[in-house]
Amino acid sequence: MTKRMLILVGTKKGGFILDGDEGRRQWSTRGPLNEGWPIRHLTSDRRTGTIYAGGGSEWYGPAVWRSDDLGASWSHSSQGLTYGEDGPAIETVWNVTPGADALYAGVAPAGLFRSVDGGLRWEHVKGLTDHPSRPTWQPGAGGLCLHSIVPHPSDPSKMWIAISAVGTFATEDGGETWEPRNSGVRADFLPETYPVTGQCVHKLVMAAGRPERLYQENHCGTYRSDDEGRTWVSLEDGLPSTFGFPMVAHPRDAETAYTIPLNGDSTGRYMPEGHAAVWKTTDAGDSWTDLRAGLPQEGAFLTVLREAMAVDPLTPHGVYFGTTSGELFGSDDEGATWRTIAEHLPSISSVETLVIDA
Amino acid sequence: MIEVRLPSSLVALFPGTERRMTRPDVASVQALIETLDAEHPGMRDRLCEPGPVLRPYINLYVDGEPAELDSPLHPGATVHILPAVAGGASSL
Repeated sequence: MTKRMLILVGTKKGGFILDGDEGRRQWSTRGPLNEGWPIRHLTSDRRTGTIYAGGGSEWYGPAVWRSDDLGASWSHSSQGLTYGEDGPAIETVWNVTPGADALYAGVAPAGLFRSVDGGLRWEHVKGLTDHPSRPTWQPGAGGLCLHSIVPHPSDPSKMWIAISAVGTFATEDGGETWEPRNSGVRADFLPETYPVTGQCVHKLVMAAGRPERLYQENHCGTYRSDDEGRTWVSLEDGLPSTFGFPMVAHPRDAETAYTIPLNGDSTGRYMPEGHAAVWKTTDAGDSWTDLRAGLPQEGAFLTVLREAMAVDPLTPHGVYFGTTSGELFGSDDEGATWRTIAEHLPSISSVETLVIDA
Repeated sequence: MIEVRLPSSLVALFPGTERRMTRPDVASVQALIETLDAEHPGMRDRLCEPGPVLRPYINLYVDGEPAELDSPLHPGATVHILPAVAGGASSL
């Protein structure tokens, strides 16, 4: 059966959906969706095809949007998406991730919420924000945001989350209790280089088929863990900088991952020297190769945010990334060559893919 | 009856609403929002933060005067709900 492929793009001015097919050469763009709300994360449940958008309006607050017809119509809800009368107001939703048992949302100020009815009603996962380190959590430049949610693929009791300027946490009891997992991750901006918490993880992902292996892009380097996040090793040798936002894993090969290094946290946060490149490892981070064919190599002062890179599940798989200046680039050959898929979109916050039967 | 004027950006979020609606008399702004929320679930969350209090950039007027949730409503009142202007907001 032929496949229909969608690229889901979250932007500062609403969601956009690019419709294409397995050929991945021709795209038509729909949007802005979600009434033009700033959308931090436009994603889907690949099991059902339901599309979710997480974001927040300056006027109307945070919400998770849902579409059961591939973005033609939407509903939205923030029922229960609150810390209560005594807690801080939730600013926006940073991440929406379907798990085996529920739908999860990460928000700012940092917290985790779950919904067992597909996003209609939300329940605060209090165990995380009850962690004793909570009073020490401080926002980074992007806010105190819970941006990465990594459910175990087969064990609903296990999950990892990541919070900027706070670090990675894991639960093994379905969210009742959490422990920091940041050993070996630097925090160059703190007096203590290796604190228990305070690391500025920018994106956390799981390797395909190996739930014990995690990759993270960080404010201070790039890392891999082969023991469920208990210890981390630096992967920054061979990369042009120690700063970047996105990280994605190959859809099938646990040894392969992609990142986009930027020139540094205080020097502009764009691709080094204005030469666009995606960096790929095929040996779990021991070495890296820069992928540039088809990407602009002059005057490309591009910034790619943490959620704005994705792969598709086809063979060979595609790789996609969006920039804060509104360009969407894609490769249909695992990064070997690239094309510009869209230009002049609003600032891109997230990129995801969805493949369904046509 | 109370006349309610909604902003177009709110109408767009709730199919079935209109810019100009009338609703039975109620005693306060909060009661009016509860009425609207019962008809259009989720509208309270778009207008109010926990407390509840009006969201910071939602302005509400009763007969042209600034109002809060506990402001009283008299029969025949006109209620405007307006999003604040946000020129220059970096997030936009």
